[in-house]
Amino acid sequence: MENQTINQIFELQYAMDTFYFLVSGALVMWMAAGFSMLEAGLVRSKNTTEILTKNVALFAISCIMFLVMGYELMYGGGGGTNFFLNSIDGGDDLVADALKSSAENGFGGDSVYSGASDFFFQVVFVATAMSIVSGAVAERMKLWAFLAFAVVMTGVIYPLEGSWTWGGQPVFGLFSLEFSDFAGSGIVHMAGAAAALAGVLLLGARKGKYGKNGEIRAIPGANMPLATLGTFILWMGWFGFNGGSVLKLGDISSAHTVAMVFLNTNAAAAGGAVGALILARILFGKADLTMLLNGALAGLVAITAGPDTPSPVEATLFGMIAGVIVVFSILSLDKMRIDDPVGAISVHGVVGFFGLMIVPLTNDGATFMGQLIGAGVIFGWVFGASLITWAVIKMLMGIRISEEEEAAGADITECGLEAYPEFTNTGK
Amino acid sequence: MKMVTAIIKPFKLDDVREALSEVGVNGVTVTEVKGFGRQKGHTELYRGAEYTVDFLPKVKIEAAISADMLDRTIEAIREVANSGKVGDGKIFISNLEEVIRIRTGESGREAI
Repeated sequence: MENQTINQIFELQYAMDTFYFLVSGALVMWMAAGFSMLEAGLVRSKNTTEILTKNVALFAISCIMFLVMGYELMYGGGGGTNFFLNSIDGGDDLVADALKSSAENGFGGDSVYSGASDFFFQVVFVATAMSIVSGAVAERMKLWAFLAFAVVMTGVIYPLEGSWTWGGQPVFGLFSLEFSDFAGSGIVHMAGAAAALAGVLLLGARKGKYGKNGEIRAIPGANMPLATLGTFILWMGWFGFNGGSVLKLGDISSAHTVAMVFLNTNAAAAGGAVGALILARILFGKADLTMLLNGALAGLVAITAGPDTPSPVEATLFGMIAGVIVVFSILSLDKMRIDDPVGAISVHGVVGFFGLMIVPLTNDGATFMGQLIGAGVIFGWVFGASLITWAVIKMLMGIRISEEEEAAGADITECGLEAYPEFTNTGK
Repeated sequence: MKMVTAIIKPFKLDDVREALSEVGVNGVTVTEVKGFGRQKGHTELYRGAEYTVDFLPKVKIEAAISADMLDRTIEAIREVANSGKVGDGKIFISNLEEVIRIRTGESGREAI
């Protein structure tokens, strides 16, 4: 009788942890909408349709590539049984197995949940990493070259570095990383930024962005309400990104950790927004909206590596520092003539690194050296592999649209459709 | 017949429309336009980089009127569109050869 009651509680716990994973994954999936709107707002209107096409297509490609091979490479442990998710179905012994693991782990141990929910939660992170690339190369990259890169990035480059970290595998079988990255400041965000940086370096700046005498020209984005909506959607999705990464809700201690993670994630975003707003006011004399948006996102990226250990005040301060860093980083990249229309390399790369390095301040389980080596491995691999991939694509099909096409806008030349068509005769 | 083309500040549009109705102008065409004159442009700021906006938004009003209404029309526009600052705009007058109402085929003063 008593056994039966405990089993029923375990079944409920399984259901709750699985449900929590799925809802968190759905929140992270919605971040794709955030990236789409943010990027659509920060490019010129002649490139709107193309950037939207890119964002939807990259999400779909990420999901398929991770299903086909990425998940196996990242979490398969070399077994090879989960290509095409062949063993994702729990089989006939699903209930008995789950009850057995639950009994072994007890209530405070590792969570036991559906393998399918795990895949769903992990796959949306891949798409997030890939979304970061799309903003940085906006307005000048060939659509199909970008999508070709997405196949390699989400099928191989990201899953491999993921296997060395979250997957628990040694780096190329050589050494294991002592490294703590809770929800992916480095593994997801800095990785996306590293791939973006490699692409931008081979791609060059948008035409007219930098003058001959070193002057930096503004290319204002077309739609500030969309950029703001996108930022808020990302902010909201981040609760799934960080909150879901607790991986477990079904006991008091885990539920409390989830609540702390939500609280700290929100606090860091608020700190980042205020930090960037005030710094921009001091530097430029005006309240710069797009810097404020980047500041909020920088706060979110910074806290992602360790949202569970800081106090709320520490989280706010970390966010605030990240908001300051991101403004200086955006200005510095422009001085180096690295053209990033949405600030993705600064927000996700520079601040992603910062996020990794502050983990040891509040988490005794992490060391600065471990964080530094982990960051170096992730950046080195993703940047190097991406550079080679971009270079091969450049050789095979070219990565940049022609000057004429750039002037006309990628909407017409890549998609054949304007975002806001007027004077058409389709009404007849 | 005369064609009166006035470039004014956008926020004066309602006042000008009312003033024109009062002096008996029966119809106008309005276009949002951009341009520069003595007012010049201004600078804006995007992600830390300043840029200049050389062309400022204005509203263009076109009205076809009979010649005897010209003075009243000009006076009406000047009275309400004048804010005393640079950038209030200009009024251009040109001769109008012919006017035809599409529906009835009337022409000349009848069509105005």
